[in-house]
Amino acid sequence: MTGSTASTDSTASTGSTGSLLLRVDDLHVEIAGRDRTVHALDGVSLDLAPGEALGIVGESGCGKTMTALSVLGLLPGGGRITGGSIDFGGTDLATATEPVLRGVRGNSIGMVFQDPLTSLNPTMTIGAQVAEPLLLHKGLGKAEAWQRAEEMLRLVGLPTPGERLKNYPHQLSGGMRQRVAIAMALICEPELLIADEPTTALDVTTQAQILELIDDLRSRLGMAMILVTHDLGVIARRVDRVAVMYAGKTVERAGVRTLFAAPRHRYTQALFAALPERAADESQPLATIPGLPPSLVTRPAGCRFAPRCGFATGECRELEPELSEVVLPLPATSRNGDSAPAPGPRTAPHGPATGDIPEGRAGAARRGAHAFACFHPVDPAVDPVAEVVPAAPAAPPSRADETLLALTDVTKDYPLHSSPFALRRRAAAAVVSAVAGVSLIVRRGETFGIVGESGCGKSTLGRLVVGMEEPTRGTVRFADRDIAALDRRALRAHRREVQLMFQDSYASMDPRMRVGAILREPLVIQGIGDRAAQNARIAGLLDDVGLDRGAVDRYPHEFSGGQRQRLGLARALALSPSLVVADEPVSALDVSVQAQILNLMRDLQREKGLAYLFISHDLAVVRHLADTVGVMYLGKLVETGPAASVFDAPLHPYTRGLLDTAEQPDPAAEAAGAPLGGEAPSAADPPSGCRFRTRCPAAQEICARIEPAPAEPAVPGHRVACHFPLVAAAGR
Amino acid sequence: MTATAAGTAPAAAETAVPTPSLARRTLAVFTRNKLALAGAVVLVALSAFCFLGPLFHSTDQVHTDLGQANLAPGSPGHPLGTTDLGYDMLGRLMTGGRTSLEVGLAAGLLATFIGTVYGSVAGYFGGWLDAAMMRITDAALAIPALFLLVVVAAIVTPSKLVLILIIASVAWLSPARLIRGEALALRSRDYIHAMRLMGGGGTRAVFRHIVPNAIGTVVVNATFQIADAILYVAYLSFLGLSIPPPAADWGSMLSAGITYTQVGYWWLIFPPGIAIVLVVAAFNFIGDGLRDAFDVRLQKSGGNR
Repeated sequence: MTGSTASTDSTASTGSTGSLLLRVDDLHVEIAGRDRTVHALDGVSLDLAPGEALGIVGESGCGKTMTALSVLGLLPGGGRITGGSIDFGGTDLATATEPVLRGVRGNSIGMVFQDPLTSLNPTMTIGAQVAEPLLLHKGLGKAEAWQRAEEMLRLVGLPTPGERLKNYPHQLSGGMRQRVAIAMALICEPELLIADEPTTALDVTTQAQILELIDDLRSRLGMAMILVTHDLGVIARRVDRVAVMYAGKTVERAGVRTLFAAPRHRYTQALFAALPERAADESQPLATIPGLPPSLVTRPAGCRFAPRCGFATGECRELEPELSEVVLPLPATSRNGDSAPAPGPRTAPHGPATGDIPEGRAGAARRGAHAFACFHPVDPAVDPVAEVVPAAPAAPPSRADETLLALTDVTKDYPLHSSPFALRRRAAAAVVSAVAGVSLIVRRGETFGIVGESGCGKSTLGRLVVGMEEPTRGTVRFADRDIAALDRRALRAHRREVQLMFQDSYASMDPRMRVGAILREPLVIQGIGDRAAQNARIAGLLDDVGLDRGAVDRYPHEFSGGQRQRLGLARALALSPSLVVADEPVSALDVSVQAQILNLMRDLQREKGLAYLFISHDLAVVRHLADTVGVMYLGKLVETGPAASVFDAPLHPYTRGLLDTAEQPDPAAEAAGAPLGGEAPSAADPPSGCRFRTRCPAAQEICARIEPAPAEPAVPGHRVACHFPLVAAAGR
Repeated sequence: MTATAAGTAPAAAETAVPTPSLARRTLAVFTRNKLALAGAVVLVALSAFCFLGPLFHSTDQVHTDLGQANLAPGSPGHPLGTTDLGYDMLGRLMTGGRTSLEVGLAAGLLATFIGTVYGSVAGYFGGWLDAAMMRITDAALAIPALFLLVVVAAIVTPSKLVLILIIASVAWLSPARLIRGEALALRSRDYIHAMRLMGGGGTRAVFRHIVPNAIGTVVVNATFQIADAILYVAYLSFLGLSIPPPAADWGSMLSAGITYTQVGYWWLIFPPGIAIVLVVAAFNFIGDGLRDAFDVRLQKSGGNR
């Protein structure tokens, strides 16, 4: 469905072919810091026709957000535009004065930020905030503005908008807040909407709803959009064209289908290859990009990707490739890269528009054409992904069928109010039911993946397993011993067996300790070895996770996100555990780095026979790594089974919905069958019977009365807790 | 192929030079703060004056010499004149300063130490223990400190050691509350959780993680505590509750000189008064500088995330 939206939009844009809405030409931005100047943008060129959607992708720190901010004249302190122009409807925003910019912001250009909580003012009502741009820009009276605000809130799908007007931001959920932020951005009916990672902070299901909403509004209001994101899945079906940024430069520009089908720049190719979805085979390691983007304090000579590129030659290190148009050897796709697969007049307005652009410059590639800055581009004749994926087959790990961890009916309730002096009233106390009767088994050496939306209790489950929390009811048995029954000494010994890998490794390391001390700490606590033996162990751990041994003298803040995650893993492995609970270990990382960490985790698992309890909201990552998968919804484990079975033939409607909702990094992907609507209810007041019934398409009267018991209706080992499992549909 | 070999290739920083320690970088930022540096210089100068001065200007500060009483500054051998009992004013300023600095420093540090341990234990363990420990400090804080000091000093005859203990016993309360707040925030950090998951216990949490991470607050507070302690010594001596004569400190010198203000013996008042102001101001400037230095360090590491 979305695939067709893109082409409808482009048809709309062909109507107003005449001129460009926005043209950023060779933009340079510098940010002066305390003792250094960062060349944040160093030659960014983009253009956008009215009604068109442009995606900006790249790793973090590549200048995506900075590009969006400079268009709005909202550069951070010390930042200034040092060259180039931003032509928006005839005005150069790069040199425009503050009053001019104020007239543009929120009026002709709307902006949606990443975090919907911080972009709303907590002390103002929703109505006042949504109506504010109207009062500022359109000079409307308060009553009329509020009326328009209500209409806009209805348009963005906020239920009962009239009442919501008087609410404050904290009374809304994350998804609702982002809807309000979108309403604010759109209230003046801008010609251009800039969305900077609008869904990164949201759940998969909410993300799909918000993207769908933006898509829908864009076609209804006929506005152009710049979608900034690191997530290739988000961009695939939502934009017409894509600009790939690397180290402050645009390195490749193309129609979305062309780019996804045949990326030419080696950086783009490597980004795609690192996606877990693109992995040829689950048993193969993912392709990775070594190293990190350059720091941009100096302006490196040559191609900036050369140090990380497997195809770099001497030429790449000395000369800087210019962004230039290519004539593809393929027919039909040569001019407007997108037209081949798309039905209808999928013509970007390249005819008259091309004449407007001066030829012969770096940014002179013709509109709609496929442009890239690379001396040794990918040959489209060769499958771009296959080329970077290694052929080395690794033997599948031999798994003993020994049960390592067994949870039986584990339940965790948190009291809503607690105080050291509060009277303990056993009955009638309000609780949040975070985990409700979860039973699962993790075998030695296997990876058990847990997926679910945020707030479904998957992190709490992880904390129960490592013993950070005690279950309210039920037992956690590890290697056939009940954890709750261990005495102090046995518990300390048990700690060696189960370790936790944190989502934010930086927060999990004492910032005042050097890496050597951080890795030594578990050994010291457990009294393992003398100092020399500990040093040897630390060196071995650093080797294992692929870090330099010199790291011991450094502090955690000197490492990049991926390196810190390696450190986190090294520390988790210091005590040679047999189970590592990994709570969203890669969700804060870029795709390229994520692939490195996933490969590392898999290699170490094979080497050391580790079992992982891998908690993630990212289905693709779990599918890539896990042998067994458990799907959680509102504290309940609704489905468990072998990964292949669960993902290919889900039995629970929730799993089906999750899979349908996830964004595939493929512009040609089939539109999802039934994406999940609504939001998860509060865990403080879960629905009776089956907890999923309020969002379930198959819910019937029995679901509200009786809680479904787990059963194995299709394949042995694939359990589902549902009255109406999708057995018949399993074949599709 | 390079693109794929990376999974196992060393990815750490290449240079082998160890990063300067946090303390060294904090010092670097501190030295950039002019006022703090001036404070440090003044402090060093005053300490040198008090502890090394007698080597160059040796005087008898034990026996009175009424024949030399109340000489004006500039008299031969007495650059700052003499007191009503004939002690050389410059020499007395040195010995008096020694008492003030020693007692102030020791009492301030002792109070900070007690307060830090007390506060971090209360904050880390939380629950009823925290509640009980904090009610004790609340109750103690409700008694006016000076009143308490006067009562105690009136019961026991003060020596330097007694003075240190008395002052520390009232001064530890405010750092205790301060550090307890820090500890409350720190104990829910992931690195404390991580340490507990390795099997570590409360002692390690408090002394290896909480106290080092609260060190900024602790050090800054310590400088203010020392300044306060020096003032307390001055109060007590001024009220005549300090170490008995012939020993002296700046507070007792003020107290002795106040009798003669109406006759115009200004040199009995100004030198000790100025010395007290200087040393207290110096400690406060140093504290401010340290606070900035620790803040900057935190911002820098935070900004790198």
